Amino acid sequence: MAVLTEEQSMLRDAAKSWVQEKSPVTAFRKMRDSGVEVGFDAAAWNEQAEMGWAGVIIPEDFGGSNFGYLSMGLILEEMGRTLTASPLLASGLAAASALILGGSDAQKGEWLPKIADGSLVATLAVDEGAHHAPAKVAATAAKSGSSYKITGKKTFVIEGPAAGLFVVSARTSGKPGDTDGISLFLVKADAAGVTKQNLKLADCRGVSNVSFDGAEGELLGEEGKGWPVLEGTLDRARAGVAAEMLGAALQAFDVTLEYLKTRVQFGQVIGSFQALQHRAAKMFTDLELSRSAVEAALQAIDAGSPDVPELVSLAKAKMGDTLHLVSNEMVQMHGGIGMTDAHDAGFYLKRARSLEAAFGSQAFHRDRYARIQGY
Amino acid sequence: MADFGGDLDAFRGEVRDWVEANFPAALKGKPNPMMREERGNPPTPDQEAWRKAVGAKGWGTPTWPAQYGGGGLTPAQGRIVQQEFTRAGAYNPIGGMGVMMFGPTLLEYGTEDQKMEHIPPICRGDLQWCQGFSEPGAGSDLASLQTRAEDKGDHYLINGQKIWTSGAQWADWCFCLVRTDTSKKHEGISFVLFTMRQPGVEVRPIKLIAGNSPFCETFLTDARAEKKDLVGPLNGGWTIAKRLLQHERSGLAGGGGFGPAKSLSQFAKEYVGLDEAGRLADSDLRTRIVQNEIEGRAFQQTAVRAMLESKSNAGPSAATSIMKNAGTRMMQDRAELILEVMGHQGLGWEGSDFTAEELGAVRGWLGGKATTIYGGSQEVQSNIISKRILGLPDLTQSK
Repeated sequence: MAVLTEEQSMLRDAAKSWVQEKSPVTAFRKMRDSGVEVGFDAAAWNEQAEMGWAGVIIPEDFGGSNFGYLSMGLILEEMGRTLTASPLLASGLAAASALILGGSDAQKGEWLPKIADGSLVATLAVDEGAHHAPAKVAATAAKSGSSYKITGKKTFVIEGPAAGLFVVSARTSGKPGDTDGISLFLVKADAAGVTKQNLKLADCRGVSNVSFDGAEGELLGEEGKGWPVLEGTLDRARAGVAAEMLGAALQAFDVTLEYLKTRVQFGQVIGSFQALQHRAAKMFTDLELSRSAVEAALQAIDAGSPDVPELVSLAKAKMGDTLHLVSNEMVQMHGGIGMTDAHDAGFYLKRARSLEAAFGSQAFHRDRYARIQGY
Repeated sequence: MADFGGDLDAFRGEVRDWVEANFPAALKGKPNPMMREERGNPPTPDQEAWRKAVGAKGWGTPTWPAQYGGGGLTPAQGRIVQQEFTRAGAYNPIGGMGVMMFGPTLLEYGTEDQKMEHIPPICRGDLQWCQGFSEPGAGSDLASLQTRAEDKGDHYLINGQKIWTSGAQWADWCFCLVRTDTSKKHEGISFVLFTMRQPGVEVRPIKLIAGNSPFCETFLTDARAEKKDLVGPLNGGWTIAKRLLQHERSGLAGGGGFGPAKSLSQFAKEYVGLDEAGRLADSDLRTRIVQNEIEGRAFQQTAVRAMLESKSNAGPSAATSIMKNAGTRMMQDRAELILEVMGHQGLGWEGSDFTAEELGAVRGWLGGKATTIYGGSQEVQSNIISKRILGLPDLTQSK
């Protein structure tokens, strides 16, 4: 664990105790069983917002506390432990980052306070296919008076069902794959021409495919030059996802370790078998390495360091491999009970795959890391 | 120690002036001769002068207590000394097993007399130490060692064989585990010190697969260790040995310095080349290279984190326990990838058909295989993590 400031320690402790008391995995199970379409518990989200979590990266002038990305990561890590379903990442981190990086003062003043107090869920609508590929933008924006008409389809929009505002990538020039010509737009979910198709996913979170058919969009940043803001926003979102993954992996490991110490077969606890011990040691090793990578990425964002892109891709790739390993081992080491819906192991396995895919898989980030290194 | 009143800038200035006045220009950028196999060769006058100057100052062991010949500096000041040496292109001439392993252990467990006798020559670089731990029948199961020490009144008579004794052919003294009670395993081991310059000690270097001989067999036939050189209580050597191995493992975690300094991807760019999209021309290799580079970077990040954590918590971080396995695994993969990248040029043993870098890569690949075996094998490290850190139990006899 990184060396924390007093402020960060308090925030982490508050998150830890709230998550354990108010949002254990049973809360997620209850939400899932109730079939809530938005994919999170609204009352729990209100509590998170009241504690100020949605405003952690938002400047004080716009209703936040400006505690930074490592602080946000600490909260997401704790929430990841118990699979707390929340729009915090999509809204309080990703969409808020887009506004902070690219928004005018007027746009920040209009939207950030609503994100910070939790009354608005905003989210990114940036992917168009089965894979994260932020430059492959086919959606178009046509200037119309002082605003733009957005046309195109966006896939896998996280928290789409609850979203009141989308940050949409669309192009005014060029072709899919070009980074030039991409702009970001703010599109209200209730604007004419916006259609949500809510998805039913294995991990039961709220995700939508969204169609924009001449929907009115307000330019965020400069026309045709939205790529740096989009990349900066995505890197912040990826670091946040990695923090949530760290929490999920740590908890999956802890639960599995506990099982190894209690499950008896052949007259002894199975954790005394060296074949399992060494696999546990490997997981622990990878978790330690992953924690370092995730914290370094969040700290680099806070420090405004120029190596944010490579550190973020490093963290998402390493953390992805580790979560993949731990979530698979959780099921395998639990044996039959891990295959049952009554056990939590399946929740971690399903959530792991969604998190791995979110804003770039391990393959995406390994490729990106290599490109940044010039090979 | 001098009082710098916490003014590190003033201290830095003093170190810089001193290095400028004392570091022989001819040694600038040169590696530490003691870290190389040629250390059997006599040192040059410049090397001798630099060792003596640093040794007299105690700055080769900057944070060790001044009363035993160390620098008596704070960790922050110690880092400044290191930084100023690096800045001037100067190596630290004080090193070896005495500094890395034995010294810290004796400072913790030795008597005042033992520390006064043995620590100052380490700080001055006057005497080199070797480690008499492993035996032919006691590798990973170190505590099964059989070398006997017999009580002869004022001394112990030692008989047995040690193996994998690093640098025994150049060492002046040995810190050694011996059996002083055959009725118990761990509780029958004692930690003794003796000079290598005596008739009962015979050393035979072992040629390794990389072609070099960094390790020796050490035969002990009626060798003599003085009673005053028993460290810790009789039959209490195992606790000390475990502590010493922690110092060893933290020193080995970087992969033991095997392999070239150039980055793996740099080698790949040179030998494999890039395609028109700017990617490495071999996509399978590219994937494995980037995985290794990411692993290496995460390892470095963890080393930094463990250091910051242990400073702030005043105790070792749990991250420390993973460093040996993670570091050696990553370095071995890296060494293999470098050979693969070099292709046929990565198969040379000697001769002018291969560059020094290519030959070095082959030797480094082979030499590096030792890193997951010595200092506690990969499997022993995994046992330690699972038992001490994760709290998993020992196997009991099944019924």
